[in-house]
Amino acid sequence: MTIKIKVENLNFYYGSFQALQNINIDIHENRITALIGPSGCGKSTFIKTIDRMYDLIEDTKADGTIAFEGINILDESTDVVELRKRIGMVFQKPNPFPKSISENVLYAVKRHGDQDKKDFPSIIENSLRKASLWDEVKHKLNQSAFSLSGGQQQRLCIARTLATKPDIILMDEPTSALDPIATSKIEELLQELKKEYTVIIVTHSMQQAARISDYTAFFLNGELIEFGETKEMFTAPRDKRTEDYITGRYG
Amino acid sequence: MKKKKTYIQESIIQVILALFASISILTTVGIVFSLMFESVIFFNEVSIIEFFTTIRWAPVFDPPSFGVLPLISGTLLIAVLSSMVSLPLGLGSAIYLSEFASSKARKLIKPILELLAGVPSIVYGYFALTFITPLLRTFLPQTEIFNALSASIAVGIMTLPMVASLSEDAMMAVPNSIRQGAYALGSTQLEVSTHVIVPAAFSGIASSFVLAISRAIGETMIVAIAAGQTPSMALNPLGSIQTMTGFMVNMALGDIQQGSIEFKTVFVVGMVLFVITLIMNLIAKKIIARNREVYA
Repeated sequence: MTIKIKVENLNFYYGSFQALQNINIDIHENRITALIGPSGCGKSTFIKTIDRMYDLIEDTKADGTIAFEGINILDESTDVVELRKRIGMVFQKPNPFPKSISENVLYAVKRHGDQDKKDFPSIIENSLRKASLWDEVKHKLNQSAFSLSGGQQQRLCIARTLATKPDIILMDEPTSALDPIATSKIEELLQELKKEYTVIIVTHSMQQAARISDYTAFFLNGELIEFGETKEMFTAPRDKRTEDYITGRYG
Repeated sequence: MKKKKTYIQESIIQVILALFASISILTTVGIVFSLMFESVIFFNEVSIIEFFTTIRWAPVFDPPSFGVLPLISGTLLIAVLSSMVSLPLGLGSAIYLSEFASSKARKLIKPILELLAGVPSIVYGYFALTFITPLLRTFLPQTEIFNALSASIAVGIMTLPMVASLSEDAMMAVPNSIRQGAYALGSTQLEVSTHVIVPAAFSGIASSFVLAISRAIGETMIVAIAAGQTPSMALNPLGSIQTMTGFMVNMALGDIQQGSIEFKTVFVVGMVLFVITLIMNLIAKKIIARNREVYA
């Protein structure tokens, strides 16, 4: 099993508040890793460190190592623009750009300027197919992305990320704003995506983690309490706190 | 059922408030009516074709001539040149404030910028005449004492804060989630600003542009002081010109007889000015309606 990302002794601070404490975790390639835990436990903060999205928040600081392809993501010298092309992110609420469906997919491709213009139609189709949205939107690619339903918008955001050909896709509670049908569509999609990509998903729902993930990490108060194969964690948790959480005693 | 009393109070207050609202409408109607009234009389004496097609404006000369085009071209020259100052600088400031400045810098810069908007236009007028014009003349010696460029720069500086402030408001109104989405795809700050935020805020930015141009067209004091009193079709930025507003100020200062044809020119030029500004506002409304995005 290849390890895609190796996190060692990661600490993270918002001002003087320490939000992550000494996190060590291995993210496996072509697997889905779910991050669970109660609100404010640090799981969303953790995925923000992987693509350095915390750079956008003033007065934040991280130390430790997140090793990815021979570099430490946290280093000052890391080119975050390049990094974010390789590590895509899908957010809690669908956030398409106020542009047409095809412009949304092409946005990053055009900015990076490393693809031939005549490939654009195939990039649009492939990305939308991989996000299983193609059949629903192929007739209206020039319509505003805002005309789509919430679930469609979220799949468009996934397609937009896939168009940059990332290795890793980070998802921050991608189904929390969606209805059950749209949620199950995205869950099915994830099983397809993991064949090509490594997925890290934050979820509020333990059922979702159990359904879709290969590995699960349980966070509590900024600490990683337990990490392991999902099957094991949900059947035989090693830590009492994990057991309490997954049996619904708090959170 | 004692409640009836409050209903009566309600309706009295309603009537009073409606009266207040109608004052502004009545004033507008009154202005338009008086402009139209004097204009109709004017066009009884001067042919409307002469007015809009001939190119010499000399209403107080003997024989007088009434070709309004030089005044319109003077006004448009000021509008275009001042836009070349206010639109790029205003939009640039807005992008800086909204996308690049730290919240500390923004808190410091925005009030200063808005202070510029509070400077009376007469101050800008003398600033143009006593500072900008001499400066221009050191680089471009052929510049006349009264010239369109100097006045335009001052008008541009005066309208810049409005463009900056309204555009910045429009850009700040774009939800942060859209910004994050763009950054997460590997965009630089500049790409996020120019390819995501500016297009998303386009309707607000465009309406700030139109407002700035409208203000420039209607600006009076600066052009009366610094732009000259020579109606000209030459479109020469370094030469003396006269705008519609500049002409109207001049007439108000001179001793023209009420009811005379010269007197009526003020109203007819005012009418043209009113129509142009009205068209600008309608265009702005169209742009806003067509490009408005509603963010959930």
